[in-house]
Amino acid sequence: MLGSIDKGVDPKDIDAIYIGNFTNDFFVNQAHWGPIISDLVGHVPKPVTRTEGACASSALAFREGVFAIASGFYDIVLVGGLEQMSKRTTEEVAEGLGTAGSPYEVAAGFTFPGVFGTIATSYFAKYGTNRETLFNVTIKSHLNAPLNPKAQFPMTIRDFMNTRIEKCRQKGMPVPEWEDEKAFLRDVTVNPPIAWPMHLFDCCPISDGASCLLLVAEDIAKRFTDNPIYVAGIGQGSGYSLHATKNITSFEATKYAAQEAYGMSGFTPNDIQFAEVHDCFSMAELIHIEDLGFFKPGEGHKATAEGLTRLDGPKPINTSGGLKSKGHPVGATGIAQIYEVWMQLREKAGKRQIPNRNLRVGGAQNLGGTGGTCTFTILERR
Amino acid sequence: MNDRAFNDHSYEEFLKEKKIMGSKCKKCGALALPPRPLCVSCFNQDLEWVQFRGAGKLAAFTSIVIAPPSMAKEGFGKNNPYIVGVIELEEGPKMVGRIAGLDAKKPAEIDLGVALKAEFIYTDPGPDQKTYLVFRP
Repeated sequence: MLGSIDKGVDPKDIDAIYIGNFTNDFFVNQAHWGPIISDLVGHVPKPVTRTEGACASSALAFREGVFAIASGFYDIVLVGGLEQMSKRTTEEVAEGLGTAGSPYEVAAGFTFPGVFGTIATSYFAKYGTNRETLFNVTIKSHLNAPLNPKAQFPMTIRDFMNTRIEKCRQKGMPVPEWEDEKAFLRDVTVNPPIAWPMHLFDCCPISDGASCLLLVAEDIAKRFTDNPIYVAGIGQGSGYSLHATKNITSFEATKYAAQEAYGMSGFTPNDIQFAEVHDCFSMAELIHIEDLGFFKPGEGHKATAEGLTRLDGPKPINTSGGLKSKGHPVGATGIAQIYEVWMQLREKAGKRQIPNRNLRVGGAQNLGGTGGTCTFTILERR
Repeated sequence: MNDRAFNDHSYEEFLKEKKIMGSKCKKCGALALPPRPLCVSCFNQDLEWVQFRGAGKLAAFTSIVIAPPSMAKEGFGKNNPYIVGVIELEEGPKMVGRIAGLDAKKPAEIDLGVALKAEFIYTDPGPDQKTYLVFRP
């Protein structure tokens, strides 16, 4: 992090740290991550605060950092997030993440893929589509991932197909033949069901990771860089459980967060040139791009099928590869998304840099639980 | 009945008595299931109990193959998936719950809108005995 600041920062000048973590308490039996990080990076005895908002934990850390600076209380704040999930079995991780569902969902036996699968059946019936439309989301995410050196799965779906074919050849097994990427995703031997209609390639992986950003007051920004990126708008909302929400195919928390961030920034959905959205499941991405106002309700799947959200499309979504292929260390994700927007706006995104565009405004939407907490953050290059 | 607090504890007590009970706002008539301690439409706290028939239709569902440990204990998992979903009750409110009597191995063949009826299921007798609902066609 220190090396990424153009003119450098003296760690002694950092006033406070805000760190997001969902449930390392469960994943690695260790709580109280604030002082652990403070101790590790030599920030003691200055303050550190942990924020929790399930998979939106670090977006809340980001907001706390913005509030602290906007209030005038601090000038230089480090915000970040972390999660270590790989020490547990898949079933245990599912149970740990499941604690962020509502008590009613947990009691009924829902899992996270199950909640998004449930939402998907409603979306399909309402808008006359089916599971095949979700393939477009997965294929698109995996086209971006190989361009991201930090991606957990830096492979296209075609790469997965070739790897599988090669493996079968080596083992002397019958070599599978798929007509195209969609045929591969249709094949339950390589893409087994998790929770209908969510199959393996609809779900983000179990990940370990951390993220951080330095926030400084506007009037001192030029001390650190000649090219600062500004926080134009922040929003956060809360949402009802699945049984109590009026509209199953929308998250009221995202809509509220978006309304707040648009209002603060003066931007409209059309002004957001690109965005990272919380694609914990393929289905979620379609809901988010509709809730954020990029596409009308029920139109997100068509836009994705038409390629509008691809890296070279008019509204690139999840240029990082998204949670699906970049990875989803839950407590780190919110700030990792904002980092991607920062990289794009600074034109530092390398091979995945959005081409031929004067990028000025980008957004990041983070979701926690089954929509219980959502944030939307708008960054701007001025 | 009216002296019970409008909360989850009372809801579960009623389930043991084979009753699905929610709250109704005496001012605006809004229903809540499970009950809420106040009306979230008009924030009135003058409530009454209302019994639901437990009849409704399937609004959305999933068939879970990768089961959490709590469900795996009951024998659910890769070879024995189970269905959970959202049920829209005829009185209006929705519930989430387990659904039986539909083929969890053929979820693509299940249509939304199927009529469902609640059934009371009791876990093993003892101090931790629980009652929960399963919905069936």
